[in-house]
Amino acid sequence: MSSVADVVFYLFAAVLLIAATRVISVRNPVHAALFLVLTFFSAAGLFVLLGAEFLAAILVMVYMGAVAVLFLFVVMLLDVDFAALRRGARRHLPLGLVIGATILVEMGALLLAYHPATPTATGEEVANTLTLGRLLYTRYLYPFEIASLVLLLALVGAIVLTLRQRRVRRQCISLQVARTSAEAVTLKKVAPGEGA
Amino acid sequence: MAEFLASIQGSGQELLGVAWIPLWTVIKIAVLLAPLMFCVTYLTWAERRIIGAMQVRPGPNRVGIFGLLQPLADAVKLFVKETLIPTGADVPVFLLAPLITLGAALVAWAVVPFSAELILADVNIGILYVLAISSLGVYGVLVSGWASNSRYAFLGSMRSAAQMVSYEVALGFTIIPVIMLAGSLSLKDIVAAQSDMWNIIPLLPLFVIYFISGVAETNRAPFDMVEAEAELVAGFATDYSAMAYGMFFLGEYANMILVSTLGALMFLGGWLPPLAFLGFIPGIVWLIIKIGVLLFFFLWIRATFPRYRYDQLMRLGWKVFLPLSLFWIGVTGVVLHLTGRVPG
Repeated sequence: MSSVADVVFYLFAAVLLIAATRVISVRNPVHAALFLVLTFFSAAGLFVLLGAEFLAAILVMVYMGAVAVLFLFVVMLLDVDFAALRRGARRHLPLGLVIGATILVEMGALLLAYHPATPTATGEEVANTLTLGRLLYTRYLYPFEIASLVLLLALVGAIVLTLRQRRVRRQCISLQVARTSAEAVTLKKVAPGEGA
Repeated sequence: MAEFLASIQGSGQELLGVAWIPLWTVIKIAVLLAPLMFCVTYLTWAERRIIGAMQVRPGPNRVGIFGLLQPLADAVKLFVKETLIPTGADVPVFLLAPLITLGAALVAWAVVPFSAELILADVNIGILYVLAISSLGVYGVLVSGWASNSRYAFLGSMRSAAQMVSYEVALGFTIIPVIMLAGSLSLKDIVAAQSDMWNIIPLLPLFVIYFISGVAETNRAPFDMVEAEAELVAGFATDYSAMAYGMFFLGEYANMILVSTLGALMFLGGWLPPLAFLGFIPGIVWLIIKIGVLLFFFLWIRATFPRYRYDQLMRLGWKVFLPLSLFWIGVTGVVLHLTGRVPG
């Protein structure tokens, strides 16, 4: 059984790495967004292999079902000249490399210092969704609530930024629905040769 | 039945070793998909016959008795036609789009239980999995419109993507009270929790919202804004022909059956009989009857209602269904707490 899982793991991991590289290397922005979707999907596959089905489902739903769709929307609708944006890429290469190296070192340090905690319960005994929910609403209640508050703030901020009182003619649907033929239609007797 | 399956599995394991697991999975997938594709093709026949009857015309009745061979004729026609690819289209993405639509529509079926034992992959987050996979269907539509390099197709796909994303939210919220009542994300547990009372009784308004959102989510009339032929020719499918178009078509009908099946499982008690003394009829028969009723509603609605206006559609999703379903989540929580029936 484990060998099948191993093969699947390497398959997903390879697809993930290739897709992630293609996100930044391909020229067409829509293709890049699609490769990003593939990256998310492979990551979700890895989560499933770890036994974290709930996280995988949430990853697919939130990142692929919502975030990446919005990316695609923007990339498809905006006429951004990505070639022009890329022109300065070589000049910024040293700075980019420094930032990349810093992140790499930090991640390496993190991995070296990381001791995997002994798993208290595996997915077999307790459903991991239940465990996750219990932890989120007890031990991590404050971080969880604060995170949701931050998201709410971003939501309100986005609305405030885009809400302008423009003079737009709006249709009031309740008025439209409430209209009856009695008030909308008038019958007139037109005398011949005179017009209405 | 269970011993028979176990014996097959045992001998297969001896015979092939590791290679048996993928093979057995493929066999199980084929056993699930073959009847599904059969249902999909005959749903197109049923749709044309039923709507024909509603509109007092015969519908397809030339190929075979009662026109029963019509789906086969259609399939052959789609297969032998030429797949046209428009100039200026992004060819790989253009061909990928119908695959995504059909793939997402079929993959979601993996976790759908047909009875307490009959299930391909018994995942404990079944319902979330279905939601997650069905949220991928939007890519097929979105990408096809863009890759066709045509304005009609692009407008159609933009409309439909906005519509699908909006109604997914309402759909997701109608499912939450069902999960709250069952205390589980597993479709099997959700059905089992309805043994006393089907969810449609305490959650009737949510069932209505679920079904209407389902119609909108599958882009069916009266919410078929995607392919409003008067404005957009055929929307995102304008430039598709032959089997590429056929795959969009199959995906749409597979999604209709999926929405009906989920509705039957979540609100109508799945394979449970309506009255206890009717338990001698096998559960899968009940499930098929319930799915059939919901599918009939899909067709009935299509034959009855004129197409919605686009702004009204979005308004209905965001300003009516979303607050209503959120409100009902609150009501369900309060009632569960007051009656002390919080599961888990």
